[in-house]
Amino acid sequence: MAKILAVDDSASMRQMVSFTLKGAGHDVIEASDGVEALKLAQGQSVDLVLSDVNMPNMDGLTLCKNLRQLATYKFTPILMLTTESAGDKKMEGKSAGATGWIVKPFNPDQLLTTIKKVLG
Amino acid sequence: MSIDLSQFHQVFYEESYEGLDAMEQGLLEMDIEAPDDEVINTIFRAAHSIKGGSGTFGFNQVAEFTHVVETLLDEVRSGDRAMNQSIMDLLLVSVDCMRSLLQELQAGDDPDLTQAKDLKAQFEAILKGDAAPAEQAAGGDGGDITDGDAADASDGAGGQGYHIHFVPEETLLQTGNEPTRMFRQLAEVSENNIEVMASFDRMPSLTAMNPEHCYLAWDIKITKAIDRSEIDEVFEWVIDDAEVIITELGSEETVSAATDPVNTENTEPQSEVADPIVQKTDETASEDKTAVQAPVKEKAKAKAASPESSSIRVSIDKVDSLINMVGELVITQSMLGQLGQNFDISRVQRLQEGLAQLEHNTRELQESVMKIRMMPISFVFSRFPRLVRDVSRTLEKKIDLVLSGENTELDKTVMEKIGDPMVHLIRNSIDHGIEMPDVRAAAGKSETGTVELNAFHQSGNIVIEIKDDGAGLNKERIQQKAVENGLIDETTILTDEQIFDLIFQPGFSTADAVSDLSGRGVGMDVVRRNIASLNGSIEVSSETGLGSRFVIRLPLTLAILDGQLVKVGDEIFIFPLVSIVESIQMDDSSINNVGGHSDVLQLRDEYVPIVQLHELFSVNVEDTIDDDKIIVVVETDGEKIGVVVDELLGQQQVVIKSLEENFKKVEGISGATILGDGTVALIVDVSGLSKMSGTSIKQIESAHKAA
Amino acid sequence: MSAVEELDSDEKVDIDQVTTEQYLTFIMEGEEYGVDILAVQEIRGWESATPVPNSPGYIKGVINLRGTIVPIMDLRGRFDLTKPEYGPETVVIVLKIEFDKGSRIMGIIVDAISDVYDVPLDDIKRTGFGENQNARFIKGLVTVNKHMVILLKLEQFITFD
Repeated sequence: MAKILAVDDSASMRQMVSFTLKGAGHDVIEASDGVEALKLAQGQSVDLVLSDVNMPNMDGLTLCKNLRQLATYKFTPILMLTTESAGDKKMEGKSAGATGWIVKPFNPDQLLTTIKKVLG
Repeated sequence: MSIDLSQFHQVFYEESYEGLDAMEQGLLEMDIEAPDDEVINTIFRAAHSIKGGSGTFGFNQVAEFTHVVETLLDEVRSGDRAMNQSIMDLLLVSVDCMRSLLQELQAGDDPDLTQAKDLKAQFEAILKGDAAPAEQAAGGDGGDITDGDAADASDGAGGQGYHIHFVPEETLLQTGNEPTRMFRQLAEVSENNIEVMASFDRMPSLTAMNPEHCYLAWDIKITKAIDRSEIDEVFEWVIDDAEVIITELGSEETVSAATDPVNTENTEPQSEVADPIVQKTDETASEDKTAVQAPVKEKAKAKAASPESSSIRVSIDKVDSLINMVGELVITQSMLGQLGQNFDISRVQRLQEGLAQLEHNTRELQESVMKIRMMPISFVFSRFPRLVRDVSRTLEKKIDLVLSGENTELDKTVMEKIGDPMVHLIRNSIDHGIEMPDVRAAAGKSETGTVELNAFHQSGNIVIEIKDDGAGLNKERIQQKAVENGLIDETTILTDEQIFDLIFQPGFSTADAVSDLSGRGVGMDVVRRNIASLNGSIEVSSETGLGSRFVIRLPLTLAILDGQLVKVGDEIFIFPLVSIVESIQMDDSSINNVGGHSDVLQLRDEYVPIVQLHELFSVNVEDTIDDDKIIVVVETDGEKIGVVVDELLGQQQVVIKSLEENFKKVEGISGATILGDGTVALIVDVSGLSKMSGTSIKQIESAHKAA
Repeated sequence: MSAVEELDSDEKVDIDQVTTEQYLTFIMEGEEYGVDILAVQEIRGWESATPVPNSPGYIKGVINLRGTIVPIMDLRGRFDLTKPEYGPETVVIVLKIEFDKGSRIMGIIVDAISDVYDVPLDDIKRTGFGENQNARFIKGLVTVNKHMVILLKLEQFITFD
């Protein structure tokens, strides 16, 4: 199926996301911050990036901007995992180049439904 | 498909406790006047993670509470609100509250929300009070639908369907959004009652075209009565980057007029677009049906009375080094195996080499495995800044806590058990040791007292020092108290060392009033006993007016002991090396007989009672003549005794095996071990020995007086 | 043995008769004693044990049983019988004794091993040993092949008093 990069500084979130997506047949690689994620993304081709916003070393929005600079990631779906439902946070995400967002907390089913939106 | 989320709970708890520790540390270190941005971010992220995780895993009370904490922190982070002392205090108390909520949840209990509710109200008051741009505590819901529809948002089912005019910004594709996917989704929700027509109005000439831009626009007709919200969801992410006009299909069909040239070209692109949609929808449909049932792993919810986790984080390096060592062991084993197959005496040297190699491998492996249980003492040290701050605040004293050697590693279990004794010692230092600021100033000291915590390795043990520059132990008061408690006689003369050691007697406390903090009588004797149960020791030294110093020595691991083997008759016994002060040759001239029955050794300036091990342990010995025998002077509970043995054998590390498991507790024996030849040797419990022999300072002193 | 049997209307089968226990028996001072075979872990020859100070006289000491420290009890001593020299037939029966709080492993030194018997529960006489000071250790008496076997109650041995 798809190769998905899951980025979150919370190990329990990463585990949950990874487990859910792998259960749906996807290939999942994990990173705990933007720096790690950027390295991993450059080392292989990823079909979808799921990233938390608040992370040390490099936050999700910066990661998104940096990914969009890479030729291979210009059009890759990037979804921000955010607990912030305020409008301006979503604007920030868009201007960073994010495809869309998933609002936390979410349950595994919600995650899978949203993933399908971008992977099909 | 349902996934059992409880398998992730343990990790969530652990990382949340770590996050709370990080929050606490950050708050304590923070300079209120000029808070460091990075520190604030760290604190914010910790609260944010806990909120997100607790919401995801269903711990809604924690999520709600953490949300207000996070909201406040967000304001501080974005500069909308200045940090001040009362906010800091509130945050620190909240950390405690969150910690206990999580602990209660982890233990499977219903969390007590009284404190949380009270704190939450305080937060809300602060948040409302300043008309700051704060969000009300709404709690995160999943899947919010964005606002901003151009058309009337009527959530009901559209009468006969909808018409959607979709004109995305040219840069839409660069956000990773793909119109085809969206149309596919629409086809799904409308069950293929959909028509999509592209409009090429915006197409520029070939030379002016940017291949990464989207110049197309679409008109979509959905001829099924579906919920408006389903359509909104599809366009949720692009609503701000596109013109999306949704009108209900009534009696009239509103189709966006397309010019002719476009129309004719329309059919092809339309079918092109439509067919892939149809095809892909089929795929999606079948995918749905074959959705994999995620394996449901059932793990019992971790029941923990306290956050002592039953897991350990190990660095990859340690694991790799372990793997290497096992590899070498396997090589040695196969080499010895080969040797053993066709062995003859000429190959004995090879055998010896192999065995030496085996010993080397085994020792390395043992060290390596023990290292896995080793963690830096910073884990226990980290409790103390908060403790010192709170206690010094309560007592209105000024105290600086200096930590060093935080990276010194010790066994995880030892570390978990040494925490409480250390808390007691530090509290003591602050309560009884460090003086009030004015008293200090009057004595020519700086108003701020210093408590130093230091940890380092020394000859196979870990040494923890707790020093303070306070008033020191009050010798007169201690001696007086001991007399009151009947521990010593009024006229007894004791060395300073002996006086200081008195504080470790049960029920001893020179606190004038039972203060809240220490002096509850849960005193130093418990501390010493706890440390002794870890096969460790504690010493105290002090100088009046200058301060006190406690030194705790602990073995690096609980299961293994550095032992001194001794021979008594035909039997071999083992003394813990840490308890041995010195071993000397028996010399009649230094032995005095006191009161006609007990022998006493004169050791420099003190008297040490002598016990015959063969008597205490009923061992048959050939001769009872004392010459050529050895006296092993051991120390326990602050007292020294000299134990007479026949011979000193070697020193070695021994693995402690339980005697009580299949037999029973034997006085004077703390356990057993298996020697190299497979036989069992007993490990002496020095404290028990001392009790068995019935000797104590008091008896000796009184006998001495009578003499 | 299966306790479920078809009951013929005119045949009455007493369920109890169908249940037996297996006992390992050994000799001590001419008497035959039996222990529940399920408690027997292994049988070893007697080698020396490390004496443990201040323990009852019938405890010879402890040995290393594959890494576990196990006490060895001289059963004659426990029963206050006269003690002979240990000979080549002297044997240690290693028992795993279950009790309500867990289990204990210990070895008992006996003169010689005898046999293994299937003993029908019904045949065991549980009373009438009189005022024997060792009565507490006796589960019951049973007659096998015309001689008496004293069946031991193992849980009584774990208290070492």
